[in-house]
Amino acid sequence: MPPTTAMAEKMDNRITLAHGSGGSLTHKLIRETFLPLLSNPLLGRLDDGAVFGVDKGRLAFTTDSYVVNPLFFPGGDIGRLAVCGTVNDLSMCGARPLYLSLSLIIEEGFSQPDLQRIISSVREAALEADVEVITGDTKVVGRGSADGLFITTSGIGIVPEGIEVSGTNAKAGDKVILSGTLGDHGMTILIQREGLGFEGPIESDCAPLNQMVSSMLEASHDIHCLRDPTRGGLATTLNEIALQSEVGILIQEDATPLNPSVSALCELLGFDPLYVANEGKLVAMVKASDSDRVLEAMKENKYGKRATIIGEVTGEHPGRVVIRTRMGTSRIVDMLTGDLLPRIC
Amino acid sequence: MCLAIPAKVKSIEGHEGDVEVGGISRKASFMLTPEVMVGDYVLLHTGYAISIVDETEAKETLRLLEELAQQGAVYS
Amino acid sequence: MEFCGGHTFAILKNGIRDLLPSNLELVSGPGCPVCVTAISDLDKAIFLSHLPQTITTTFGDMVRVPGSHGSLASARVEGADVRIVYSTMDALDIAQENPQSQVIFVGIGFETTAPTIAASIVEAQRREIDNYHVLPLGKLCPPVMGALLKMGETKIDGIIGPGHVSTIIGSRPYEFIPREYGVPFVISGFEPLDILLAVEMLVEQIEEEDPKVEIAYRRGVKPEGNARAQQLMEEVFEVSNANWRGIGEIPRSGLSIREKFSHFDALKAYDIEPGLSREPKGCICGEILRGIKNPQDCRLFRRACTPENPVGPCMVSSEGSCAAYYRYGGEDG
Repeated sequence: MPPTTAMAEKMDNRITLAHGSGGSLTHKLIRETFLPLLSNPLLGRLDDGAVFGVDKGRLAFTTDSYVVNPLFFPGGDIGRLAVCGTVNDLSMCGARPLYLSLSLIIEEGFSQPDLQRIISSVREAALEADVEVITGDTKVVGRGSADGLFITTSGIGIVPEGIEVSGTNAKAGDKVILSGTLGDHGMTILIQREGLGFEGPIESDCAPLNQMVSSMLEASHDIHCLRDPTRGGLATTLNEIALQSEVGILIQEDATPLNPSVSALCELLGFDPLYVANEGKLVAMVKASDSDRVLEAMKENKYGKRATIIGEVTGEHPGRVVIRTRMGTSRIVDMLTGDLLPRIC
Repeated sequence: MCLAIPAKVKSIEGHEGDVEVGGISRKASFMLTPEVMVGDYVLLHTGYAISIVDETEAKETLRLLEELAQQGAVYS
Repeated sequence: MEFCGGHTFAILKNGIRDLLPSNLELVSGPGCPVCVTAISDLDKAIFLSHLPQTITTTFGDMVRVPGSHGSLASARVEGADVRIVYSTMDALDIAQENPQSQVIFVGIGFETTAPTIAASIVEAQRREIDNYHVLPLGKLCPPVMGALLKMGETKIDGIIGPGHVSTIIGSRPYEFIPREYGVPFVISGFEPLDILLAVEMLVEQIEEEDPKVEIAYRRGVKPEGNARAQQLMEEVFEVSNANWRGIGEIPRSGLSIREKFSHFDALKAYDIEPGLSREPKGCICGEILRGIKNPQDCRLFRRACTPENPVGPCMVSSEGSCAAYYRYGGEDG
């Protein structure tokens, strides 16, 4: 029924506690917002849980929560992030992502049009990644209890026979391949959030990488590790792998690709791009003789155009990551410790 | 004390304007370099241009640095 | 000695020490404005941040330095409105956009930053902004260099001079160093090759036994410096004694706000009672700043004192020696 007063119209456009109570407003929200955008037979059943069969194989299962602030940023939003993040986590295990769950915790007073936008982003990202959201949950909490909106996604995928991709598998001699430029997501968020007054052609790299990973796995059966360098940046990710696999990693400083805007911002604000978060990149440890083939496969994908070999895995200094600087000297690259604060003066 | 990087002056309005580096723009103050002109490169420190980069000197230094690099900065 | 924190950072990040012969040692100096801010001064800033209707603006590095009771960051968690700004221009805009609040700017910095603070005060006056106050914590480089040389704790054979401080003050203020102490002085840029060039020039001066002030960073520094910036500093600030963390009081080494601009002076506008200040136990930031100890000599380094849990400012500020050594120094530092 159409609202009769301006006030009612305004209220109609906001999420209220009643929307989360499980009653008629919740159902209205599901039928009018979620179902049309995320429609698929499993979700449409609206059972308590989704039941599905799987082909033979091992299952991969992952979960993540998304609390990014601001919710909307150049290159994406929390919805896109929630799908890509979980799809990518499954891909990093060598799995083909199949299904996602979507749980929302919404702050009372949240704008319905904004919710619509976010769910549309979820839909688009899911379509691109060829996954389906088959179950979900919505809760509404009092004003001030959530930063607008929090999302949790869990994902299930299938790992084909013979694929063994793990952070413990890196071998000395492997090449280290990075799929593209560093720091785009982290710097985009930072300048949106802190109001530092910078503007320019910089956007989040948030993207689903499962199709690229698929073609990489087709190109080689000797991809030993895959990981996406999110929080903590490439430096932290490489350190994790070095520790898990008990190997050393050596990278070249001038091999890591950077967009000029990210490079400029890092210089201006005193950040090291090795520690800045990425949301659409991966690093792969590949048997040396397969690395060129894998690189070719990556470059054919839109998210791997700037893929490049940045270093190698070594038997020396196990557990440590070393970088060779432009000056020809070497130094250790540690994990991220503490916060990244803008280094201003 | 230290963090200052060369940025290009894109526009000037009074004693403020826009500078650009690597495609990123920001409002800047030219109160410390009132003689600045559009197209100049300035050293930007916390949003203020603290000097205009002298192009001749920049070139000369680059030449010196290259010479040094060739001689072998590495003493072993 | 490389005086400036930015140089320490560049030296460690590029592994410059590995390029130098074994008889050449680089020791870090006190050129990190966050690190040399006295704990009692930081306590004043934290006290102010807790005042009602007050917005405290600061450069990012200051936010996590532990004062005697918490930091600006913990004050923020407790409800204080503390905002990181990139520029004093932004602090002024915040003042203009929030006329019912008092805006305080934590005015740390050396001569690179002091003119920007002075400019913001002059601009505040021009725009008739009456809710903007600066806590004047600016410090001067040549006096502390003189104090270190006079104290004679470390034998310094040459000084790599700060690049951007010199952009403002030029090369003349350092001339007393070769003249009175016989120590060579070369002003350096921040690229690794810049630093190596400066070291080469210092070595030449030492070999020729001809100490003087030289500018290696000619694209950024003129002998006379930036006259307009110096003028603005002169207009707004006067030289006063200042308290340097780890060193103590150095005469005529700091900047206070002149009477003419006293309505922008947080020290005059407020009754500041931060309580008793105390130095964190075991922290040897002071000795590190004076160049007589290295971070690895500190019992707390990498143990109780890490970037996640910093005890002293040298670990918080990314121009602090401890932070640089922690991040880039590796096991052997």
